Amino acid sequence: MAKVLYVDHQKCTGCQLCELVCAVSHDGISNPARSRIRVVKWEAEGLYIPMSCQQCQDAPCLNVCPVKAISRNEELKSVVVDYDVCIGCRSCVSACPFGAMMFNPTDRKIFKCDLCDGDPQCVRFCEEKAVDFIESDKVTIAKRRQAAERVSTAGKEAAALQDPL
Amino acid sequence: MALNRKIAYIDLTTGDIETKPIPLDVRKKFLGGRGLDAYLLYNHTKKGCNPLGPANTLLISGGILTATCASATARTHIMAKSPLTGLLGSTNMGGFFAPELAWAGFHHLVIKGKSEHPVYISINNGEIEIRDARDIWGKSVTDTQWAIREDLADEEVKSCVIGPAGENLVRFANVMTGIKNSGGRTGMGCVMGSKNLKAVAARGTMDIEIAHPVEALEYNKRFIDQIVSAKVNQTQGVLGTPFIWGATNCWGGVRTRNFQYNQCEYADDIEPERIDEIAEESMGPHHMTGCFGCQVHCRAQYKIPGGPLAGKYDEGPEYTSLGAFGAETDTPRAETVLTGNYLVNQFGMDNLETGSLISWAMELYELGIITDKETDGLDLSWGNDKVVLEMVERICYRKGWLADALADGGIPASKKIGKKSFDYLVQVKGMSNLHSDERPTPGLALNVATASRGSDHLRSRPAIDLYHLPEKVLRKIYGSPIPYDGPLSSEHTEYIGKPWQVFWQENCFMGVDCLGICKYHTTFLGPTLPNFEDWSKVLYYNTGLEMTPEEIWEVSRRCNMIERLFNLREGLTRNDLEKGDMLNHRYFDEPCKRGAIDVIGMTIDKKKFVKMVDELYKHQGLDREGVPKKETLKNLGLENEPSHLL
Repeated sequence: MAKVLYVDHQKCTGCQLCELVCAVSHDGISNPARSRIRVVKWEAEGLYIPMSCQQCQDAPCLNVCPVKAISRNEELKSVVVDYDVCIGCRSCVSACPFGAMMFNPTDRKIFKCDLCDGDPQCVRFCEEKAVDFIESDKVTIAKRRQAAERVSTAGKEAAALQDPL
Repeated sequence: MALNRKIAYIDLTTGDIETKPIPLDVRKKFLGGRGLDAYLLYNHTKKGCNPLGPANTLLISGGILTATCASATARTHIMAKSPLTGLLGSTNMGGFFAPELAWAGFHHLVIKGKSEHPVYISINNGEIEIRDARDIWGKSVTDTQWAIREDLADEEVKSCVIGPAGENLVRFANVMTGIKNSGGRTGMGCVMGSKNLKAVAARGTMDIEIAHPVEALEYNKRFIDQIVSAKVNQTQGVLGTPFIWGATNCWGGVRTRNFQYNQCEYADDIEPERIDEIAEESMGPHHMTGCFGCQVHCRAQYKIPGGPLAGKYDEGPEYTSLGAFGAETDTPRAETVLTGNYLVNQFGMDNLETGSLISWAMELYELGIITDKETDGLDLSWGNDKVVLEMVERICYRKGWLADALADGGIPASKKIGKKSFDYLVQVKGMSNLHSDERPTPGLALNVATASRGSDHLRSRPAIDLYHLPEKVLRKIYGSPIPYDGPLSSEHTEYIGKPWQVFWQENCFMGVDCLGICKYHTTFLGPTLPNFEDWSKVLYYNTGLEMTPEEIWEVSRRCNMIERLFNLREGLTRNDLEKGDMLNHRYFDEPCKRGAIDVIGMTIDKKKFVKMVDELYKHQGLDREGVPKKETLKNLGLENEPSHLL
């Protein structure tokens, strides 16, 4: 089963190290504007949400590309760009509903998360594991347990309310 | 490249703006950040300049490694002549501003003159613009930042700003960025206020090429592993700096009731675990946040649990807020500490100075040196939470005689109050001491007495002295990169060897401040953390600049010496109680009354203290009066200062 980039935004401390290492590992340059992953922030509320490519099953970027430069990597199940074919029309940038397909005005090229060929650097450097790279079914197992815990806590609280004590 | 970040000269009187590259030979001498700022301050101010006048020069900078792929390069440094002390003004803060400044093309800003009306400086990808801030003037620290984003229609702008305290020329006003990242101490926010400068905003998407990206990335990973494996950082990451407060207080090292006690009793409500509980209740289990690129995440997020400001979001409280609004005023209640923390963050005012001065006033009130007449009827009794918070607000807005006097800083206030008020003021060089009590620790006492920006724990504190490390370990740390075979002692109550530790730490902290890295990533609280050896490599991988650990040590010494030269030019003399390297008499005369067995009864032995200062001066290359010897200046290449290279 293919792994997915799983974001647990509650764990994110907002440090943006993922952005730094993404840009440096891909381009050898420090510049968050070159990062494939971006942390969106609501500073006044202390909320930080890392956003990256979802590697959609029915990917709008792939569908919209007029020259078929975007395809699926069968091994990683990721959506990849063939720069030899890409004409830089930016249709994919417009089509992406997550803002995860970006355009670099310096190199005049589109760019997106390529999962670092299976070893995502953002994950490697995130000590909190706010971004993680895990089997897709593990995501739902963890989510299910979290939800079950909430139900169980709520159940206990409800029972306590009925306690004649 | 990091080395092609520029320096900009901005004159607020004329509106002239000039940008220049920073020559490589200047980099090699001063690196960047605090070190280069010190050089610029010495060169761009004249002896005796009015700190609140247009002739004072304000420097804002990032370190040479800022925004590179080194670890935790978030620090912004700000320097000017201090309106609080009349000596060196210097502050260093985390957050996200300095990296953004670097991506906008600049490492150093030299700001002179005074604008006719409130303005802010906007820096965007190499372009600098002075913009009207009349509509923003009067706003709080966070509202100012959101208003600037709106004005520039860009949500990614990062700015360092002043709040109402800076506008009202409170002498210890901060420069702030984000929710609570504070450029505190020495009143750099007051200098901005005096120039009618509300903020400096940065936005950048300019590439910083990493000289050796693969190596830089891998070394960063190694660095991070080293950082997060340190127990001290693991604890910081959960409890934040309050954990230090808890440990220090239980041992007996926290000033309480100004300087009457050294331990705050009945403090359960502000113990780190309690603060953590409040943060968890209000923000959930993952409530720690951090600065740019840092894995320590030492800052808690919380909402005020009760009181008039219940539900307000803030970050912290740090070690200092617990001392300032909990112990010193003897108001150890979470609501008071968290509300006080919120107020100073929004006002842009130094928590430490504010709390210290309020507790000093409380002691004077107890002694009858000030009365209801001076306090406008406020009951400044110990433990009066409401009045402490009222005083915070009054100081910011200079409401009432006493608050207005305190807003000018301790020494000017003591002159207005008169009587024996000065004797009770716990300060060095006009800046209030941190709430930690250094009587049981001569090494730490030497640090606060001789720190370049006045009483301060972030300039040369040998904090690891408290760990009783084996001498062998101490020798390993303090014997590199420059060999040292003099005395060293694992015993924190000892006087021997401490001057070398203070000297070494002074150079270590200057190094880290020149690079732009956080002190939690070097030998400050954790003995296993990186220093000179690692910096040499990180510097090379990220910038291509080849410097040996010994050469970085030399840079540190040079920059510390420039700070010394500045202070001497502005009137520092060794034993001056107002402007010298001397402690308040209470350190020598009043024994610790509470705490552990190695604390109770402790004072600083004045004779031994004087000897320590002598020895420190010797290490630094100063004569017995604290003035650099000719050969020291020559060896450090400072014989022709000011040299006006930049």
